[in-house]
Amino acid sequence: MKSFRPGLVLLLFFTVLCGLVYPLLITGLGQFLAPEKASARTIGAVGQLFTHPGYFHGRPSGTTPPYNAEASSGVNHGPTNPAFLDAVRQRVATVRAQNPGQDGAVPADLVTASGSGLDPHLSVAGAKYQVARVAKARGRSAAEVNRLVDANTEGRWLGIFGEPRVNVVRLNVALGPP
Amino acid sequence: MTAHAIGELLAFLVLLTLLAVPLGALFARALGPAAMPSTPERWLYRVAGVDPAEEMKWTRYAGAVLLFNLFGGLLVYAIQRLQSSLPLNPGGLGGVEPGIAWNTAVSFATNTNWQAYGGETTMSHFTQMAALTVQNFVSAATGLAVLMALIRGLTRTTAFDEGSAPAGTPGPRIGNFWVDLTRSTLLLLPLATLWALVLVAEGTPQTLEARTTAALVEGGGQQSLAVGPVASQVAIKQLGTNGGGFFNVNSAHPLENPTPMSNTLEVLAIVLLGAALCFTFGHLVKDRRQGWALYAAMLAIFVPVTLVGLWSELKGVPALEALGVDPSQGHLEGKEARFGVVSSVIWSTVTTAASNGSVNAMHDSFTPLAGMMPLWLMQLGEIIFGGVGSGLYGILLYVMVAVFISGLLVGRTPEYLGKKIEAREMKLASLGILLPAASVLLGTALASATQAGTSPLGNPGAHGFSEMLYAFTSGSNNNGSAFGGLTASGTFYTVAIGTVMLIGRYWVIVPVLALAGSLAGKRRVPSSAGTLPTHTPLFVALLVGTIVLVGALTFIPALALGPIVEHLQMTGVTP
Repeated sequence: MKSFRPGLVLLLFFTVLCGLVYPLLITGLGQFLAPEKASARTIGAVGQLFTHPGYFHGRPSGTTPPYNAEASSGVNHGPTNPAFLDAVRQRVATVRAQNPGQDGAVPADLVTASGSGLDPHLSVAGAKYQVARVAKARGRSAAEVNRLVDANTEGRWLGIFGEPRVNVVRLNVALGPP
Repeated sequence: MTAHAIGELLAFLVLLTLLAVPLGALFARALGPAAMPSTPERWLYRVAGVDPAEEMKWTRYAGAVLLFNLFGGLLVYAIQRLQSSLPLNPGGLGGVEPGIAWNTAVSFATNTNWQAYGGETTMSHFTQMAALTVQNFVSAATGLAVLMALIRGLTRTTAFDEGSAPAGTPGPRIGNFWVDLTRSTLLLLPLATLWALVLVAEGTPQTLEARTTAALVEGGGQQSLAVGPVASQVAIKQLGTNGGGFFNVNSAHPLENPTPMSNTLEVLAIVLLGAALCFTFGHLVKDRRQGWALYAAMLAIFVPVTLVGLWSELKGVPALEALGVDPSQGHLEGKEARFGVVSSVIWSTVTTAASNGSVNAMHDSFTPLAGMMPLWLMQLGEIIFGGVGSGLYGILLYVMVAVFISGLLVGRTPEYLGKKIEAREMKLASLGILLPAASVLLGTALASATQAGTSPLGNPGAHGFSEMLYAFTSGSNNNGSAFGGLTASGTFYTVAIGTVMLIGRYWVIVPVLALAGSLAGKRRVPSSAGTLPTHTPLFVALLVGTIVLVGALTFIPALALGPIVEHLQMTGVTP
């Protein structure tokens, strides 16, 4: 068969070029140019679980246990699944009980699971909803905590792509231990 | 619908067009008849025993495609099975079990990247690099090569003429697969390098370690993070319309896709080549209007479909509002806060219009109509931008059908770019359109009728049916995205999806190459007053109509049983 030799040689060649040279070149350049990022050592790269009332809480996580960064996973509940509606009902009750001063509608990101189970962010509304609780638990003024939330808010890229968001891990680091 | 939703969609399309037009011109220069092999390329051909000047008949071209893909698949299978004794396995992962390894080998060779496994918990770094990343390059290059062969079929005028050729004259030729493959891969490399470096700068890891640790803010202690050579694989999985993620949750993972900027670059990369090749086509057939017409037809389907998805998802789920959830951000289950509804829905239609299948949100959790849009885009055969090469050769099959129907309407022999479209071409085009559709519907029917097909479902009722339909649609059309609630690692789905992936890829490629051979053997007829011009708004409308009609007639009954029923349940009944 005339095609055997070209097939084997080219497969081998591209395995070396695209499978070893290319990823190793990117590894070398990445580690040289941005070592912290290339090794995922930046603070708040992935989310963490927070339960203390003095910390901002992130989104519900579908990994086992929550925020397990060794095995990412979504929940994959469809919108009409009774198990999904039960889960949301329960989360709404929990969030309301934890934030007694808030009687408006609960921001959706606080009661819906993220895609990765590792989402480090909240929407601005999701963070602001918790300000009064965090301030009270820490004995600080709401205005002061609000300022920290604003300082840790990032806008859309070029003003149009994505959503404004607050990195929960970085915000809690900025708050310090309760 | 919010102003931001419209604005982000528009900004995305403007960026895409600005990048695709010049890239299309570059591809035409690098892959077209004017391109000469460079010196290192000649060395490679000498070692490989390739004569770059040799032209292949379609049968030999197809044989070379199949053989190269078979070798690639076997290598991917072998590396997975043996990964525990191969280097670069810092996580100490064992060999992949045979069923999953076979499914994955088929999946990556066919440019599908259906993932029956969780990336970070199954595949060693060596497997991710030397097996999966390599196929991401060469399966995309295979698609490009087949497209180039079809374009040659359409453009060759130095006709082999069956009637007057003396006995023993070789049949029509459509190029050299080895040269097309090599050039295409070498074009993808610098693009992937550029994208990978930008991703690293945005926070996507690229390291040979398996784990890194972060200090836990609450309570002290450490959080262990799975990492690896992520950026290099993510860059080519998007550009090559492969879609297989490094991590289980793909580009929803905050390390695989850390920021709105990385998200924008990744989603652009998914459709960039599919869009650019329209313009490459225009250059190569020496009539750029033909390329713009195809691009316009694609946008005419893409934009309304995306708008329906955005509308449905921003409107949210009525039952949640009743539970006291604020509906103003739309439906956020399964989505990441940094992307929100708009970036997630745009991604979902882009990734299924193209044959990519990577996700930045869990499609299984979408509202029914927003989940139906990706489903339908795949069912059309992923010809709206589509896979690298495969999108354009797919839409060209529909062009043949549209030209043929309009020829029948006015009673003239249909022709496209000066080549007559006759019974043989129509049969081949119909095969390429109908076989994937048949395997979607028959596969779903088989799954619905068996215990093995229904027990791995993750959601009850109509939504469960959608999960099955989505799985077979995604496999047959080589997309690879999933309604993730379905447990795909059992025997039934590994075998069934593996089989439809093979059908969907090669039972389209072979008819397309046969079509290329058939067209290459035809004389070019000069256009006359009776020729239907194929660059006008009228023809674009005709083409869109053909695509929508075929897609609608084939799939609406199935869609009615899944997402449409669920939509009615969701909006009509409150618990």
